[in-house]
Amino acid sequence: MTHKDRDQLSAEARQALTDLLARPEPLKPRDRIAIPPQEMPAQAPGQRVTNMSEVALGYTAEQARVESMRCLQCPSAPCVAGCPVGINIPAFLAAAADGNFQRAVEIIRASSLLPAVCGRVCPQEEQCQLECTVGKSLKDLDRAVSIGRVERFVADLEREEGRVEIPHVKPETGKSVAVIGSGPASITVAADVRREGHAVTVFEAFHKPGGVMMYGIPEFRLPKAIVTQEIDVLEAMGVRIRTNFVVGRTRKLKDLLEIDGFDAVFVGTGAGLPRFMGIEGENLVGVFSANEFLTRANLMRAYDREDADTPISRSRVVAVLGGGNVAMDAARTALRLGAGQVHLVYRRTEQEMPARIEEVRHAREEGVTFHLLQNASRILGNDHGCVTAMECLRYQLGEPDDSGRRRPLEIPGSEFVMPVDTVIVAIGNDSNPLIRQTTPGIDVNRWGNIVTNEKQETSMPRVFAGGDIVLGAATVILAMGQGRQAAAAINRMLSEADTQEGDSA
Amino acid sequence: MNKILEKERIAEEVYRVTVEAPLIAQERQAGQFVILQLDDDFGERIPLTIADADPARGTITLIFQTVGKTTHNLAELSPGDAIANLVGPLGRPTHIENFGAVVCVAGGIGAAPLHPIVQAMKTAGNRIITILGARSSNLLILEDRMRELSDELIVCTDDGSRGRKALVTEPLAELSERGGIDLVVAIGPPIMMKFCAETTRPYGIRTVVSLNTIMVDGTGMCGGCRVTVGNETKFVCVDGPEFDGHRVDFDNMMDRLQAYKPQEDEAHEQCHLEMAAREKQQSGDRS
Repeated sequence: MTHKDRDQLSAEARQALTDLLARPEPLKPRDRIAIPPQEMPAQAPGQRVTNMSEVALGYTAEQARVESMRCLQCPSAPCVAGCPVGINIPAFLAAAADGNFQRAVEIIRASSLLPAVCGRVCPQEEQCQLECTVGKSLKDLDRAVSIGRVERFVADLEREEGRVEIPHVKPETGKSVAVIGSGPASITVAADVRREGHAVTVFEAFHKPGGVMMYGIPEFRLPKAIVTQEIDVLEAMGVRIRTNFVVGRTRKLKDLLEIDGFDAVFVGTGAGLPRFMGIEGENLVGVFSANEFLTRANLMRAYDREDADTPISRSRVVAVLGGGNVAMDAARTALRLGAGQVHLVYRRTEQEMPARIEEVRHAREEGVTFHLLQNASRILGNDHGCVTAMECLRYQLGEPDDSGRRRPLEIPGSEFVMPVDTVIVAIGNDSNPLIRQTTPGIDVNRWGNIVTNEKQETSMPRVFAGGDIVLGAATVILAMGQGRQAAAAINRMLSEADTQEGDSA
Repeated sequence: MNKILEKERIAEEVYRVTVEAPLIAQERQAGQFVILQLDDDFGERIPLTIADADPARGTITLIFQTVGKTTHNLAELSPGDAIANLVGPLGRPTHIENFGAVVCVAGGIGAAPLHPIVQAMKTAGNRIITILGARSSNLLILEDRMRELSDELIVCTDDGSRGRKALVTEPLAELSERGGIDLVVAIGPPIMMKFCAETTRPYGIRTVVSLNTIMVDGTGMCGGCRVTVGNETKFVCVDGPEFDGHRVDFDNMMDRLQAYKPQEDEAHEQCHLEMAAREKQQSGDRS
């Protein structure tokens, strides 16, 4: 696919919009389906690998309107069922199609707290866009209405024009809630609980809040200014944020309830324990978890070699193990840090890759080499314990496994050696162990995830949990969805407590 | 922000700072550490062990050697200045009980993390024999304090400038041979801990070591601190920092500590150049 620049895409959209608006008759479904899908303007691949700036530049207003007009407004709205937080998608697209972008973002905000983030990082092709009637009619998922891109556009416009409103906070209730972690689940809980007038304190272990959105997802996919803005909104609502505070270590969870007087606690500590393969050579110098590599690059700003004190490896030939978004992020970060070759090694095929389609495409465009149906079996090193090569095996796909994906089976005797100086392991995360290590009485499953009921209640009274610490490594939107449920349950519990106190008085 | 209340140079390139940190002072136990960062945006996060704490005053004491850019910059701060970010206490506390006779071995700056362990072991009723070693007398720290806390103190230096002219493993071997030791706790440079573990191995004396590896977050998230312990991968930050010295793969750990050596050496070199320039400037100002 040839790269079209933003000006060209914008001019095409302007023309298309003029033509559409000039039609005397209202658009029929057939007309809508015929509207060409709007391509996302992006930095040219050759240019973007030399900088850390955002790759996808965002729709123009005309593109957003034209894309929104592609929506058929089907009464059954299958897209809404595909959205984990049930955003009224046809309604916001109708508003955007009319050029009423403010109305559009307000509709989204009724269900989602982080539209600028979700517009960028949601796996739309597995959720709302998977169900889209337009995509299904065209028998091409790629040509479904780009709901996420329109969401991003209206959210960005609202922010850029300074129209983000601080949500209304009800009068103080005198109740207080501790929120542990400051990623998407926690941000949602903090906002929803604060709205009801309860005092909220967010405890973050790192020196900056935002969780995985700050340390994990790179600037070129999610600009940190957007995350910071969301945190600023919380603070403007009166949420207190305490960084450098590790609940379990700086203070026990139990003490928050019993000594510090919090009425409820929400645990949103995420899936922060990197998994390794358990193969020979994995602790050699030059083998990193994707978490470490990305945290150094993002949060610690090691990409800025001049100014940052935190070092990052000067890799030349990099292998990234895994096929998810984190693997794509790591591979693309390695390119931007100057690696000459980046090899992505995944044991299934592209079809089974959990990464967003757009991330896979961007990685390919930027020059990441994909090695499918292969996996590392051993990492080889020199006398100094540094990585020199990786031994791999070839795989074929067998019957579907529990996850519904076809099980990769190794082909015996297919070993081959790939010379590399760096291996980045991006095969997922287990739940962070700190809370369970330091909180007797909180039930976890055999993977260490905190067990909750549908109200996000844990086995400990007044303690709720949500996001990746419950789900295992998942997505921003699912974390947000759980945050919503937890906040509703916390708010209900606190108001019931009030009623009971009132009754007994 | 955590304010520095006191700062003192206690040996060559070794400093002691007392920092306001009420919550850490209250919660910390022997064996735990903190991570600090001097600049919010571009600073590096480094782990430092807690040498002492005063919960009533709300302070902790850090003892560190200037080995890299961050420790150099930390040494340049004065009372009244603040540390931008300080988080802790991190790591699992030392397992303290009345074991009987405990030999505590410190190499150089290792005396700092060992200090609270000696304190706690003493309080638990153990008989304490401390071996305090350093390359040279000008690098020995906490000698008086260790003498107070220990039933027996053996000082040794590599060059014989103070105490016995010996490596810490020599008196450790003698004590092991003599028998009656229930536990050894050894903290210092990896090579010293490795040889302490090798010394006690034939006698089957349980030997605990405290590892100081490369870390970013200190909460299990990055895995940069991982070490091989008995063929298993362990994270120093959440599984440690203390491990069974007989099972730690020290060679792998030492290799991993070198991971950023070229970059660190460049930064350290730069620190020395800047320091020298500043000193030259100051002496110029005086004349």
